[in-house]
Amino acid sequence: MRDVAIIGIGQTKVGEHWEKSLRHLALEALQAAMRDAEVDRVDALYVGNMLSGELTGQEHLGALVADFAGLRGVEAVKVEAACGSGAAALRLGTVAVAGGLADLVLVVGVEKMTDATGPEATAALAMAADADHEVAHGLTFVALNALLMRRYMYEYGYKKEDFAPFTVNAHANGMNNPYAMFHMKVTPEAYAKARMIADPINLLDSSPVADGAAAVVLAPADWVRGSGKPVIRIAASAVATDAVALHDRRDPLVLEGAALSAHRAYQQARIGPEDVDLFELHDAFSIMAALSLEAAGFARRGEGVRLALDGEITLQGRIPIATMGGLKARGHPVGATGVYQVVEVVQQLRGEAGANQVPDARVGMAQNIGGSGATVITHILIRET
Amino acid sequence: MSLPSKNWRLRNQRYRLVGEICEKCGTPIFPPRDVCPECEAPAQTPYVFSGRGEVYSYSTVYHPPAGFEKYAPYTVALVRLEEGPMVTAQLTDVAPEEVHIGMPVEMVTRQLQEEGEEGVIAYGYKFRPRMG
Repeated sequence: MRDVAIIGIGQTKVGEHWEKSLRHLALEALQAAMRDAEVDRVDALYVGNMLSGELTGQEHLGALVADFAGLRGVEAVKVEAACGSGAAALRLGTVAVAGGLADLVLVVGVEKMTDATGPEATAALAMAADADHEVAHGLTFVALNALLMRRYMYEYGYKKEDFAPFTVNAHANGMNNPYAMFHMKVTPEAYAKARMIADPINLLDSSPVADGAAAVVLAPADWVRGSGKPVIRIAASAVATDAVALHDRRDPLVLEGAALSAHRAYQQARIGPEDVDLFELHDAFSIMAALSLEAAGFARRGEGVRLALDGEITLQGRIPIATMGGLKARGHPVGATGVYQVVEVVQQLRGEAGANQVPDARVGMAQNIGGSGATVITHILIRET
Repeated sequence: MSLPSKNWRLRNQRYRLVGEICEKCGTPIFPPRDVCPECEAPAQTPYVFSGRGEVYSYSTVYHPPAGFEKYAPYTVALVRLEEGPMVTAQLTDVAPEEVHIGMPVEMVTRQLQEEGEEGVIAYGYKFRPRMG
């Protein structure tokens, strides 16, 4: 197996792009990544996307995006793993380069969500859950997370306002990210007053529906070693699964898929959680941030919220999360999110994160979750000196 | 609008809580999945659940997905059945503020969703506070 490096990154601003279609968003991100990598061709293209068929009536994105980007003829496929589609595409790209089946691989995550109404988008997102046994009973994604949050509060004795630091931190960091959807400070008081979506989850616990695309270019690490450019190596790329339906999990408050995925990633990278300088986790909802911190070994069971209350998740804390705004403030264009997370880790490791720079960041982890925890993809990136 | 075949196929589990039991390790299984989640043995022996359980967690949905607008707000729950498995369902015959974790509930058959004026009316299990 060959070491794989990320040699280029690109992203569009996340938001409501009324003037841009899915293919335009993908093009903008992938052209930026190819410019950054200084390449004008690739051997393969992997497109991460969840909902193009349901929300825009367009499937077959591999060929569509390749053709639209002037890459006609290239090997190209779409990869779908619910909200984990972006990182799943990166995983396949990494496998291709590591295995020597391709040298230059382009990975783009893209989602166009604002062509549909709110209830349509809500119904489409619920397709990541169990159609026969969750969705048929009227469950939404927010409701599934609300069930987790309510039980978490009950078992560990937290109050609703104890979750505020996740939202406050994400929005504080989003202020300095030009690509973030929201540039809006949130106070604990605003959090306490936010409109309820599915009790106890309110609007400020939830990541927004949005459009966006992000891209990376992969190459064998040996191609860039000695070039003078920073070498950002993919030290781990791990996928794990769990039951799709919450009711089928052994213990719904333990994200076993996330724990397994993180464990595999630590083994591949030969590091532990204590070596990680920043963690881009899947904070689609505040409760997911808490459960992810616990599953990845940064907090003991029931103490993910305590970690946030103690200020350890901020840029100055023990384990900074959502350093560029996270899903909450940067936005959550679902199939693109996993690639955004990795692009942001690369920004941090290159020292290009501006006001949000984590000092001397060398090891960054990104974890992308599909559904309520059923597909979990963890990448660890390490900057070589 | 879809054909009624899907609802028909699910009739035993939806109307009567028919799951399965693993002949090898004795684990009762709901929803039915044909492979035991505990010991991975094939498990296709039907098993009828009592319908009694208690609320593990709950939430009230104020922003429903397309197709459920006319039912909102409604309360959903994870119910721990007394035989062991957990099931996702709506609660009925109870005000949201009266629901609590640990509340004893029992299964009833109710309308789940109506697919428009000429579409299928899907029926299935919901849970209400246990009587007596």
